[in-house]
Amino acid sequence: MGDIFADYDVLGAVWVTIQLSLLGIIGAMVLGTIIAILRVSPVAVLRGLGTSYVNIFRNLPLTLLMVFSILGLSFILQLSVSDDFARNAFWWAAIMLAVYHAAYVCEALRSGVNTVPVGQAEAARSIGLGFGQSLREVILPQAFRGSIAPMGSVIIALIKNSTVAAVIGVGDSAGLLQVITENEGASLPTFFFFAMVFVILTLPIGLWTTSLSRKLSVKR
Amino acid sequence: MSTQAVLFDAPGPKARLRHKIFTVIGALIAVGIAYVVYVQFEAAGQLQAFMWEPFVTDPEVWTSYLIPGLKGTFTAAAISIVLAVIFGLLFGMGRLSPFAPLRWFCSVIVEFFRSVPVLLMMVFAYFGYFATSNIVPNQHAPLAAVVTALTLYNGAVIAELVRSGVHGLPSGQTEAGLAVGLTPGQVLRSIQLPQALTAMLPALVGQLVVVLKDSALGYGITYLELLNWSKTLGSAYANTVPAYIVAGILFVIINYTLTKLAVYLEGRLKKKRAKA
Repeated sequence: MGDIFADYDVLGAVWVTIQLSLLGIIGAMVLGTIIAILRVSPVAVLRGLGTSYVNIFRNLPLTLLMVFSILGLSFILQLSVSDDFARNAFWWAAIMLAVYHAAYVCEALRSGVNTVPVGQAEAARSIGLGFGQSLREVILPQAFRGSIAPMGSVIIALIKNSTVAAVIGVGDSAGLLQVITENEGASLPTFFFFAMVFVILTLPIGLWTTSLSRKLSVKR
Repeated sequence: MSTQAVLFDAPGPKARLRHKIFTVIGALIAVGIAYVVYVQFEAAGQLQAFMWEPFVTDPEVWTSYLIPGLKGTFTAAAISIVLAVIFGLLFGMGRLSPFAPLRWFCSVIVEFFRSVPVLLMMVFAYFGYFATSNIVPNQHAPLAAVVTALTLYNGAVIAELVRSGVHGLPSGQTEAGLAVGLTPGQVLRSIQLPQALTAMLPALVGQLVVVLKDSALGYGITYLELLNWSKTLGSAYANTVPAYIVAGILFVIINYTLTKLAVYLEGRLKKKRAKA
């Protein structure tokens, strides 16, 4: 295990995983919120756009998206994000993580809206709040609290899925584990090290979002 | 969609006008996206007939590439889901055991495999064990690695399903079992588990979508599934982009059908329970 730290840039690979995850989370949050707004809007065409997005990206394997981004979009359609080969793969991986998980962020937000009982909206209406007011003062605060736990699961899944970037040659944790295992043979300590990296990255998020969702949950 | 009817008032004349404007904007966005995609594809020469025709005119595309690919995907998924259900039942029951050390052991195993990325397990199982030793015949090494990783991950998820399914049962079920003189173990096996399994059927079908999608990770360790065969197809017919798009459409159709099936099962279960 000590040799492996000396011979390979283990921490560098972990850092790539963290970078990919952070970029993916930010992108997925922004894109997912937009899609969620489309999905609950009163306009049928916009709803249709949002629904198609979710149905397409929830049912495609992330691996296919990643491979397509490099072999299809980048090589054949010439849509490179960077001239440097490695940077190009890294950025496409981050983009595809965001695009794929945006569908799940959207569903997490929507499940939050669904936890709000219809009576809340009716009550807001009946005391004379307008659409914007009832959304701002009554619906959204409750919807936000209801979506914390599923949002935590989405973020955890995204961090784990950042390993798929290894398939297109990004030197993240999974990529480095592959190189080490190919060169040095099976070494359980190395595997456990990388496995624990993910346990350490994801466990606090799970605990934190669960306790937060309990603390903030609306007593009904 | 129940909230929606209340979230928005019946639109008045102003709101209807606004909705019309948004409809036009939405349609323009949709057409705009389609146009941008068209221009990009046209510029890269991806819309030529020879690239797309084979999918309709040449049966070889299906018999030699796509169907073997689907077969690979389904084989891996089918074996994995069966093994994962067994794994999940064993460890789910273990987590419900009254014997504390067994409960802790099972909890640690389940939590560990749930938080480790599938690809990490797959890569390690393949390059570390199956590819370098003779545990399984060489040509099945990638399949064995895919199945191992998928079983461990999805088994852990199913163990959680079993646990939450049993916890979700009304407590009267346990009490009744104990009252007629069954031991806690018998109550679990003959009263709680059968009910929990029925209740988790929709979630299990939903999990199948995850397994089918994750089997595409096998691409990274040379397992011959749909994605890998589409790559070969793309180089054989010089139509990489169309090959991936068709593979993507196949994935979406299969998984969308499974999702719908899960929703249908869920609805049927709810109706049954409402009647009971």
